[in-house]
Amino acid sequence: MATAVRNTDCLHARSSDALLICEHCDTVYRRRPLARGEVARCVRCGAELDRHRALSVNALLALILTAMIVFVQANIWPIFTLGLNGQFSATTLWGMIVTMWEQGAQVVAVLAAGTLFFFPMTKMMVMGWLLWFARMGRRAPGFAPLMVALHRIGPWTMSEVFVLGALVAIVKAHTYFEVVADPGIYAYGALTLLITIFAGVDMRQLWEQTPEPKP
Amino acid sequence: MSALPRAVDLGLIGCRMCGLVCRNVAGNAKLDGDGVGDAMACPRCGSTLRRRKTNSYARTWALLIAGFILYIPANVLPIMRTASLNDVDDNTIISGVVELWTNGSVDLAIIVFLASIVVPMLKFLSLGMLLVSSQRGSDWARPQRARLYRLVEFIGYWSMLDVFVVALLTALVRFNVLSRVEPLPGVIFFGLTVVLTMLASMSFDPRLIWDGRNTDD
Repeated sequence: MATAVRNTDCLHARSSDALLICEHCDTVYRRRPLARGEVARCVRCGAELDRHRALSVNALLALILTAMIVFVQANIWPIFTLGLNGQFSATTLWGMIVTMWEQGAQVVAVLAAGTLFFFPMTKMMVMGWLLWFARMGRRAPGFAPLMVALHRIGPWTMSEVFVLGALVAIVKAHTYFEVVADPGIYAYGALTLLITIFAGVDMRQLWEQTPEPKP
Repeated sequence: MSALPRAVDLGLIGCRMCGLVCRNVAGNAKLDGDGVGDAMACPRCGSTLRRRKTNSYARTWALLIAGFILYIPANVLPIMRTASLNDVDDNTIISGVVELWTNGSVDLAIIVFLASIVVPMLKFLSLGMLLVSSQRGSDWARPQRARLYRLVEFIGYWSMLDVFVVALLTALVRFNVLSRVEPLPGVIFFGLTVVLTMLASMSFDPRLIWDGRNTDD
């Protein structure tokens, strides 16, 4: 548990870096280093304040690069194939988006394109860009706006929901068709695993880990 | 509780985007985004600093009500049509759950039921309750309400499940006259409901739960 700040005397000059405000209830805490596996929770509302950063910038960059490779695989391979009386039908993510557009559900096509392709892709590319420079001990060009963009995109990536959706679709189709799982679904499974790992990473740590540029 | 100081009382503001703790140099002026002259930018990331999210109550109510209105056609109208040689069958969200259940996939039926029916209902009821109780400045069950908000925020996007199922089946079941799946308007309303309720839960400021009677609005 982080200790609460009890008076205002300590708030001079740069010491504001050492403070932490709970985003869920506005309680002010003094930051303290956390040991491996430790998570600081707000005493008032129970929200997570901070957690130990087990992954270094290098490890994060490696994860992002892996996720990018898997993401490409997940997008170029068909997800699964249906068979009926010797006819076969397979689709990729983009095949699905285009079909929805053509079938009059443009809203769904746009939602799927955003949450399953554009937002995850932007997120990974921005994270890769920022981490690549952070590794060299610098802030990437466009650091501040990109960090803000990353924060905004955060909740709009839904690859893990899509994986569960694919499972439900397979089970539904299984009653009437022959179902063959294709590489795409495995790539999506791996992608979900990777996303789960870096979902717990707070990229905001880069604000503290990289030096502020001299004005 | 009084031993835990809040940023408002200390004249501090935490940047919503980058987390930097800033001194509220505008003094006691309301940095709620309603006054033009109040705007102060975060020195680190440049985002506008606000003590609370802008017009949180009004925005959350508007988005929540809009989401609820769209949730009605999402459930009443069919979300997809399965057509084969001898019959045409229109499925609603609930008939999809029933179909999974009767075909023996009880576990998946429960997951789809949770994602498509329970989660949206939970969002409407919880956010509505959080809005009413916070607007009244109620101090009832504050830690539990805070936890409920975090739950709503965390599970919200799983409701997209059914939309993706319909999209995948539409793209895959294309065997000309033998068997086809087409999306129907219900799925569009449902997708929009999910987006609107996500926006609603993002607009709600959980700090309002703790603000008590004599603050904003």
